[in-house]
Amino acid sequence: MRITTTVNGEPREIDDVWEGESLLYALRERMGLPGSKNACDQGECGSCTVYLDAVPVCACLVAAGQAQGRDIITVEGLAERDTLHPVQQAFVEAGAVQCGFCTPGLIVAAHDLLARSLQPSDQVIREALAGNLCRCTGYEKILDAVRLAADRLADASASGR
Amino acid sequence: MDFLQPRSWAEALEAKAAHPDAVPIAGGTDVMVELNFDVRRPPALLDLTRVEELTEWSMDEGQVRLGAGVTYARVITELGRELPGLAMASRTVGSPQIRNRGTVGGNLGAASPAGDSHPALLAAEAQVELASLSGTRTMPVSDFYTGVKRNALEPDELIAAILITPPSGPQQFCKIGTRNAMVIAVSAFGLALHPDRRAVGTGIGSAAPTPRRAREAEQFLAQALDEDGLWDSRRDLPAGLAHDFGARVRAAAAPIDDVRGTAAYRLHSLAVMARRALTWAWDDYQKAA
Repeated sequence: MRITTTVNGEPREIDDVWEGESLLYALRERMGLPGSKNACDQGECGSCTVYLDAVPVCACLVAAGQAQGRDIITVEGLAERDTLHPVQQAFVEAGAVQCGFCTPGLIVAAHDLLARSLQPSDQVIREALAGNLCRCTGYEKILDAVRLAADRLADASASGR
Repeated sequence: MDFLQPRSWAEALEAKAAHPDAVPIAGGTDVMVELNFDVRRPPALLDLTRVEELTEWSMDEGQVRLGAGVTYARVITELGRELPGLAMASRTVGSPQIRNRGTVGGNLGAASPAGDSHPALLAAEAQVELASLSGTRTMPVSDFYTGVKRNALEPDELIAAILITPPSGPQQFCKIGTRNAMVIAVSAFGLALHPDRRAVGTGIGSAAPTPRRAREAEQFLAQALDEDGLWDSRRDLPAGLAHDFGARVRAAAAPIDDVRGTAAYRLHSLAVMARRALTWAWDDYQKAA
């Protein structure tokens, strides 16, 4: 079947989509957007987290057909041209990336958290990232990155930028 | 495979009647896992996410009518006061991503004995509304579960809504898992005190072939509270009552050993959860006086 969606602000049309395939497969294999990772294919790891109509979801649990006409933002859509989003920049600077496989999902989850809550407590950060597994870092550097991004976004917000 | 995408409830019922073997999909948190791992290859998927009637809830003659497609995230943010037990259970579901997609109706459709919403729905004595082109019927949720991952739906029926009376007393929900997030229950327990009817509701999860009530325990506790005049006095529970209630809840379970836990652990944890849930609920009841 044919699916038309908006992905990262651009209208996309893909053909020959199998009715049972996931949005994750469609993004990675049909739209050339491999940022969202396929690690567990069952919603356990969060590596495929994308925005579907502004709500963070596991793309592996969305049937591609369910995305028909919807608005999708993937990790590829967060940076502004060559400038990383503050959440992405903070992950780089804090050393929150090791093998990198969980990183795209964590970036999207943290992006969503900081869009809703400018100064989240550690407890709130942990809860917001509870659906994203990382097997390398032990999470400490990831928490550092989210706190760093939160501080910068709060500063930017306070100075009206 | 067909992909059916009705735009309205009427269209959805027509589609299900025309394709009784179509598998309904809403949040996809169960159905997509089966597709991704190729353990199920249904002839058709029936996508219910465009059916607006399913994603609404309303107050109807003193009851909450929860559309089958309302997500856990919305139960938590919008219905914490009206459906406290279900909201507590919803907070333990998966992760933010899962709660954003998963629906209470989907939990009923999957009818897993481990589904998180079932103990809360049982304790609150919820009703399930089923519909097909030939009409609508309503049944107690306790009658809806018919076996392991089996339910009372006819092939042409869809789950329309869950009907729940807002509480007249405290509700509690407990779940045992190996960590806090992303956990399928090893065992779970829901409790509702109904002081208006001087009744008690319970729900056992993950410890029998289906979610089930512990009816003997309910009657035991309601009677004990009645005999001592505690519904009115709200005095402290007599020593041992919560423990004895827990033992009766445990007696109502019929668990198995599996990868998540042993039958013995499930029985033990149920007795502990029931005792704690009653202690917490009674504390809430005393504070609410």
